[in-house]
Amino acid sequence: MVTKIMNWFDDRLPITATIERHLTKYPAPINMNIWYLAGVLLVVVLVIQLASGIWLLMNYEPTAEGAFASIQYIMRDVEYGYIIRYMHTTGASAFFALIYLHMFRGMMYGSYQKPRELLWVLGWITYLLLCMLGFTGYVLPWGQMSFWAAQVIMSLFGSIPYFGEDLLTWIRGDYLISGITLNRLFAFHVVLLPLALIAVVFVHILALHEVGSNNPDGVDVKKFKDEDGIPLDTKPFFPYDVMHDLYAIGVFLIFFVTIMFFYPDGGGYVIEYVNYEAADNLKTPEHIVPSWYYTPFYAMLRAVTFPLFGLSAKFLGFVVMAAGIAIFVALPWLDRSPVKSIKYKGIYSKFFLTLFVISFFVLGYLGTVTSTPARTLAAQIFTITYFAYFLLMPIYSKYETCKPVPDRVRLS
Amino acid sequence: MKFFSLVLLFFSISLSSASGAPCGKYLSEDGLVEGECDSAEVDAFDIASLQRGAQIYMNYCLGCHSLKYARYKRVSEDLEIPLEMFQANLVFGDQKLGDLIHIGMESKESKEWFGNAPPDLTLEAGLRGPDWIYTYLKSFYIDDSRPLGVNNKVYENVGMPHVLIGMQGEQFSVCKQIPDIASNGGIKQDPLTGVQLTIEKCGFLEVRQGTGTQTVEEFDQSMKDLTNFLAYMTDPMKKERETIGVYVLLYLFIFTILSYLLYIEFKKDLH
Repeated sequence: MVTKIMNWFDDRLPITATIERHLTKYPAPINMNIWYLAGVLLVVVLVIQLASGIWLLMNYEPTAEGAFASIQYIMRDVEYGYIIRYMHTTGASAFFALIYLHMFRGMMYGSYQKPRELLWVLGWITYLLLCMLGFTGYVLPWGQMSFWAAQVIMSLFGSIPYFGEDLLTWIRGDYLISGITLNRLFAFHVVLLPLALIAVVFVHILALHEVGSNNPDGVDVKKFKDEDGIPLDTKPFFPYDVMHDLYAIGVFLIFFVTIMFFYPDGGGYVIEYVNYEAADNLKTPEHIVPSWYYTPFYAMLRAVTFPLFGLSAKFLGFVVMAAGIAIFVALPWLDRSPVKSIKYKGIYSKFFLTLFVISFFVLGYLGTVTSTPARTLAAQIFTITYFAYFLLMPIYSKYETCKPVPDRVRLS
Repeated sequence: MKFFSLVLLFFSISLSSASGAPCGKYLSEDGLVEGECDSAEVDAFDIASLQRGAQIYMNYCLGCHSLKYARYKRVSEDLEIPLEMFQANLVFGDQKLGDLIHIGMESKESKEWFGNAPPDLTLEAGLRGPDWIYTYLKSFYIDDSRPLGVNNKVYENVGMPHVLIGMQGEQFSVCKQIPDIASNGGIKQDPLTGVQLTIEKCGFLEVRQGTGTQTVEEFDQSMKDLTNFLAYMTDPMKKERETIGVYVLLYLFIFTILSYLLYIEFKKDLH
């Protein structure tokens, strides 16, 4: 009977084939390590954000007059509203923490290399969408930091030569940040961007299952197959990886819930203290800082302090910042190394990857503090070392001596 | 585990960068540190302290400072004050218990009177931090050069009058002799007599005895209560949140242990 029903469906929709392709027969390399968990955790956080977002939407009021009070209404008068909101704010920070780890995993093990270039590009698009979601979402509570962060970030478009000011007015929909700006950011945050994110994540996973997962050794597991045509060094995704992921999700949620219930402000990083004050366009906060996940790029923006070729320092900073985000997409074509994994790459690759990580953290720190001449100099130096990782890659990855890559994966 | 320790590391690194001297010109008792706030020792579970804080707030602060995101009824429930008692003693005018805690003063007028409209204080403890509020409340002193006759060490030239002067009494900014500290951390001594050297340091706060209804210790405790109440105002759910959080964590621990056992069981197939 069950078989009959399944067959009826299968003739009309490839249910069984899809389940086999993506779950029960998807070959996952046996040597995948802890870094490979970020992907599945990102999906978990995506679900958390969508669910909590829908519930927030039921009580949020997207107007300049009512937004701030409606957040307090959610926090105080809506039953368990504070849990929903803290879930969403903690989720936002978790989203970025995980996507940075996920990207770093890809950089470490060369997951962007052939044949996974498109997979990497799709992932980069999800990161871009996430940045936009983070920004638009941050404005919605209409606190002081919401307002002034929007003011600072949007004014960057005004620095574009010739048509910048007109473009800025067009983006804001007004001559200054106002309720109209809030409404359009709201529309993007709850409709356009989540739809796009879900679509791109879906295609990202389809592309992954087309080319197969990379692994810490960066070897092609499809080279050696058993008599049934199943790659030797793999295991079916379901149930083996699913059970492993379930356990990992439990551990992750313990951390997540600890922040959510006991440290919801995250020391002023998950929710910034300045945002406890309603937006006031006549009162600039002493110290405007973006959320922690943008601070490396914010430091780059501030690092450019001199005009060049008739272009303003602000515009050049904007370009450097945008380039810092955009340059990830070029990685598959910058890396000329014959091997994928950092395990077998040469000393220069290891050096520059370490330098990149240090630069990222230092810039991240510098983006949270007020600038002094010494800090600006540090930001300039680390901006250069950040880009050095990418721009020198075609040279150092081509001419360094790599270790021999084994034919099959190694289990540590 | 490496993965999670990295997540933790990432958080701890980003959390470690706190800001410098938040409490203006407030001097520590020994006169060596300027700008550090005293600890308000807030405790969301200390109901008696919250009740005393609410009493002070409703009697002294509510005239000018609204709590417009909070409701009377919630306060009475959370602070375990019986509704009738609350209504009789802490709700003034014709306000209903379900109302938000608004004030009658127009912000336009108050701006004329004080130079700035008194801010709503529902979220002040989130914005400034409880320690700042506590230290600020203790730091008013007589300063005849100011229009209202008082100034504040934490928030210089603030437009707020010293509403609690009756409780605290008249406080003055005074100078004192303090030990002269050498660069190596020791106290400087006279090379001949061995007498410890002192220098004069100004900016200490001293209450003139007998001018207030409370002693210094009593007033400090009152301000701790008031601060505790404001901290509760910013985060009224803290108590409930942390109680639920413990259960959620317990559930997740059981879930994680079970899923770990399940994972181990499946892992046996692979070898």
